[in-house]
Amino acid sequence: MSSKNTFMLDGVAIEFSEGDTIMDAALRSGSYIPHLCHNPEFRPHGSCRVCVVNINGRQVSSCTQPASAGLEVDNSSEDLVQERRNLLQMLFVEGNHVCPGCEKSGACQLQAVAYYTGMLSPQYTHFFPQRSVDASHPDTAIDFNRCILCELCVRASRDVDHKDVFSISGRGIGSHLVVNSPSGKLGDSAFAATDKAAHVCPVGAILPKHRGYEQPIGSRLYDRSPISIVGDVAAHESDDQGDTHGR
Amino acid sequence: MTSNLETADNPEQLERIVIEPLTRVEGHGKVTLLQDENLHIRQARLHIVEFRGFEKFIQGRPYWELPVLVQRLCGICPVSHHLAAAKATDMLVGATQLTPTAEKIRRLMHYGQTLQSHALHFFHLCSPDLLFGFDDEVRHRNIVGVIEDNPEIAKQGVLLRKYGQEVIRLTAGKRIHGTGAIPGGVNKSLDREEINYLKKDIEQIVQWGQGAVELIKRIFFEQLDYHMSFARFDSNMLGMIGAKGEFDIYHGGLRARNADGDMIFDHVDYTRYSDYIREGVKNWSYMKFPFIESLGAENGWYRVGPLARVNNCDYFSTPLAEQQRRIFREAGHGRPVQASLAFHWARLIELLYCTEAIRELLLDPDISGKDLLNRGALQHCGIGVLEAPRGTLFHHYEIDADGIVNKANLIVSTTNNNQAMNESIRQVANSYLDGNRLSEPLLNQIEVAIRAYDPCLSCATHAMGKMPLEITLLNENAEIIDRLEKRVTGEIQRCSS
Repeated sequence: MSSKNTFMLDGVAIEFSEGDTIMDAALRSGSYIPHLCHNPEFRPHGSCRVCVVNINGRQVSSCTQPASAGLEVDNSSEDLVQERRNLLQMLFVEGNHVCPGCEKSGACQLQAVAYYTGMLSPQYTHFFPQRSVDASHPDTAIDFNRCILCELCVRASRDVDHKDVFSISGRGIGSHLVVNSPSGKLGDSAFAATDKAAHVCPVGAILPKHRGYEQPIGSRLYDRSPISIVGDVAAHESDDQGDTHGR
Repeated sequence: MTSNLETADNPEQLERIVIEPLTRVEGHGKVTLLQDENLHIRQARLHIVEFRGFEKFIQGRPYWELPVLVQRLCGICPVSHHLAAAKATDMLVGATQLTPTAEKIRRLMHYGQTLQSHALHFFHLCSPDLLFGFDDEVRHRNIVGVIEDNPEIAKQGVLLRKYGQEVIRLTAGKRIHGTGAIPGGVNKSLDREEINYLKKDIEQIVQWGQGAVELIKRIFFEQLDYHMSFARFDSNMLGMIGAKGEFDIYHGGLRARNADGDMIFDHVDYTRYSDYIREGVKNWSYMKFPFIESLGAENGWYRVGPLARVNNCDYFSTPLAEQQRRIFREAGHGRPVQASLAFHWARLIELLYCTEAIRELLLDPDISGKDLLNRGALQHCGIGVLEAPRGTLFHHYEIDADGIVNKANLIVSTTNNNQAMNESIRQVANSYLDGNRLSEPLLNQIEVAIRAYDPCLSCATHAMGKMPLEITLLNENAEIIDRLEKRVTGEIQRCSS
């Protein structure tokens, strides 16, 4: 292996190709860097900051940082993991993430990353924002309580579906997901359950209606193995996790 | 039918004795007694001091979340709420008939739940009173005392409960707050390995169930007159029964009998419960007071739970429980057994029934079937009723065209027994406390009367929106200087002190 095409991730040499980010190369080599807004099918976004790594004392988001030869990348020091826990705690308290009652529990990337990093309970004060559920679409519901503003649905609708159904409105702490339709309701938009945007949400914000808890406890995505082994929610979207008729 | 100790004429001139917290019950409550200078009890009330708002905060949530959300009402009998809500959502998704596998898995889950709840209540919470006496030393009158003095009884209690929880775990995914029942069916059946795991111990469990009934009978008959008269009063009894009048805690019609055993109504379709049951509110409790509408609030209150169910049903479908039911009913001499402590006896007959019913189901090939769901067109209204360990449980939801809940009404088992529990403590106050200087053993008799009902006080409090409230402002000498009262109508009035 030529040192020209490798960097060190926690002391392990990772090979990369021209144009790779640190995240691209790490994932391809089987090394897990926690992340939420990153999905290899879409252009890097760098907004959730969960994938930050240390390079020469500087924190960068690994999903946007180009890989280069000779880098020494810290992905696992206690300080770094604590930073990630803090970020995850903020995500949990900014929305209403009630895992015990959420149908996505056990198959949620936010929950899985929290478990992976050891973030078991937020210590910040909960915001308890007043948010609603939009169930106006016949096939899909949006629970805005659980949105983490990863913009994967925005990117999927814009770049793959070419519908621009979703956007982020507001600024700073007031940022929120909006639906592009006359009423602001999903049911009045061009959205379809077959859209890419219906299948990229890493949390329980965009979900098929009427299915709920059809997947039994014990066979949900992250029930048996951690996210570092199982991978992202989106990577398993083609798996049918809801059909219990034939089980 | 109600006694006259609900409200004293001159409460400010009476000494107030408070039992708080009530111990060895689920949830938080207190009893207040007002005693005059001659030590006569003038007022006795059971207050529920915690508050639940489930009827309100599930509004705006999708219907398919209901079975999982509302079970968080309780950590002791969540399966009851889980299944009652699932039955209501069956109606919402147009599932008029469940598949055999779905119905039997749900029944298995429910029997496991009732088994573990009844075992918990009798062995862990109440056996110290019954084994050692109501006036036993406090530090000995608890489950640790039972373990020390009667280790075999304690062991059987713990393992009976464990078995029930294992049934729940395998059918719902978790021992507490699982997800097994979903609108229109269940999300899993049992595989061969799971069935064999449960079969392995079931004969022992049935045997211990028989032993539990023999134990309570021995205790009961040792002081039959006392146990039959303690906190005894006549009441109506309400419960669910099967189509042929058999004992059924999962599905059936509503039956109510009066104190003489005459039918008030029978085989009532539970979706019409609101034509028969009303709920009253009193300004001193967060818990509502349900009553049979045709009899009115004064005479229409009733008891639910094991005592009502075993009195109400015509027979048990399992042989051992039916044999015990006949002995139980003989104690009533042709009338329903009205002794409050007979709740324990009836509860353990039900426990025995659950062990037998689980044994039967474990031999049924349907529980490993693959056909789990049945759904039709979405409906606006869903009502689910079943018999929870503590009594008849009503869940009623309405949804909009998008499937979002916009109305909910829950009448929780313990709520049905609210007036009866108050009557029980008044009976005890009249019979054993009146005229006496109050002591811990005497006050424990109040708690013994309440414990007989196995109340789940956390589940039962949900009078949101109609909740009366009183705020009293005291000065440094504890003198009342101002008092505001919010009435059930929402009107706020300043009261003279």
